[in-house]
Amino acid sequence: MRAKYVLSEVMVGLWRNVTMTIAMIITMAVSLTMLGASLVLYHQVGVMKKTFLSNVQVSIFLTTTVTVPEQQELNQKISSDSRVASVQFLDKEASFELFKQEFANDPALVESISKDQVPQSFRLKLKDPNQVSQIKSTYDGLPGIDQVIDQASVLKRVFKVLGALQGLALTLAIAQGVAALLLVANTIQVAAYSKRREVAVMKLVGASNWFIQSPFVLEAMFAGAIGAVLAFGGLIAAKFFLIDGSLSALTTLLGEVKWSTIYFMFPLLLAAGALVSGFTGWVTLRAYIKR
Amino acid sequence: MIQLENVTKTYPKAARPSLDSVSVSIDKGDFVFFIGPSGSGKSTIVKLLLHEIAASRGRVVVNGKDVSTLRSWRIPHFRRSIGCVFQDFRLLPTRTAYENVAFALEVIGKTQAVARRVVPEVLELVGLGGKEHRYPHELSGGEQQRVAVARAFVNRPLILLADEPTGNLDPDTSIEIMRLLDRINRTGTTVVMVTHDSNIVNQMRRRVVEIEGGKIVRDQPRGVYG
Repeated sequence: MRAKYVLSEVMVGLWRNVTMTIAMIITMAVSLTMLGASLVLYHQVGVMKKTFLSNVQVSIFLTTTVTVPEQQELNQKISSDSRVASVQFLDKEASFELFKQEFANDPALVESISKDQVPQSFRLKLKDPNQVSQIKSTYDGLPGIDQVIDQASVLKRVFKVLGALQGLALTLAIAQGVAALLLVANTIQVAAYSKRREVAVMKLVGASNWFIQSPFVLEAMFAGAIGAVLAFGGLIAAKFFLIDGSLSALTTLLGEVKWSTIYFMFPLLLAAGALVSGFTGWVTLRAYIKR
Repeated sequence: MIQLENVTKTYPKAARPSLDSVSVSIDKGDFVFFIGPSGSGKSTIVKLLLHEIAASRGRVVVNGKDVSTLRSWRIPHFRRSIGCVFQDFRLLPTRTAYENVAFALEVIGKTQAVARRVVPEVLELVGLGGKEHRYPHELSGGEQQRVAVARAFVNRPLILLADEPTGNLDPDTSIEIMRLLDRINRTGTTVVMVTHDSNIVNQMRRRVVEIEGGKIVRDQPRGVYG
């Protein structure tokens, strides 16, 4: 009986303020989609950082006037450096081949450069990619070294942009979320007001607080859950039409967005939607009923 | 059954207390009128007994329980031992007489089977047999108040609080409601009634506690109004 009562009250409540309910569900869905998208982005940036950093190379370019003893001494120093995982030496031949490859679409430049003008280099892989700057300070300025270039400092700028994007998406999600929660609070107050007679009688005859509150809280949770389902649909659509569709070029940068990552968002969004709005409804009602 | 011990209630921002060190004791099975002019503090007593508000000082003991020490989540359960009737009936307009009474049972967890057994019985008791399926707007004021009494009494509370129950009724109907409250009192239920209906008080010849300016100025076992 009581379950039936509570459930019918939920449905009646949702239907009575149907415009408000729809507004609540839409805002909830939009903010949860943003939240889901920013979580996916967050995850992808993490994955990407890991792959990029593990492949990161430090290139030590030698001066064109480097002497053989200088070069041998450097070779010894680098090979015995405990921070270096592996090292490859590119001599004049190899460096020139690489140069020709890299600038294959600019034959004029390739023509104008002779083999002797291309610097030789050591290509290092590090055990811990985060030690790039220490490596740099060790070798920078040693005799025979022209410059030390690490890809990480270039990547850092890319990560900065991505980090800003992450922050933006999260901020938007939070702002939307606050709007959604205020709507939930408002809807619940309207619902409670439209049932103020029933609530007054229930308090009078000693109905327990949870019994008075549960239809309203469930109403909020229901709207939150519907919002989460819509948001999940939004993420699937985004994966289908954007990530795998018109924006598929981005996957080279961001790495592949796996379906499992998308699926994993569902329980998160559902929990966030239902629990947070249910909690908001509960807090709102406590304040309302106490009066 | 009910004890007020030096109870003072001052509302926030009020210049003087609504109740000023009031002590009164009501035994089980008593029938007590609280009388006095508007603003004398009568209704504050009802609110204190229901624990809608808390006393500023002093002890309020109902059913042997010190109300001021009651945890807030215990209050609903505590209220089930008190039935309440008000001047404005407080019925649900979208429910019939039967449904209004049954609602009070259902929301405290009684089954429909219990309601089907108990509700017709109590409606019969208040003299509404045959009108179970009328809506409040299809009933007279007196009949609506009978529904409210039935709702207050259906749980067989130990105490029935009536806050100006005849305030909206004509003298004849008022007398009928009083007979009903008297009958309920004879089942052993303690009845506390707040009123300024002198007619009724004079006819009933029950205990009268008069309040003025927040203080008890008279407490007579078989009193009259003023």
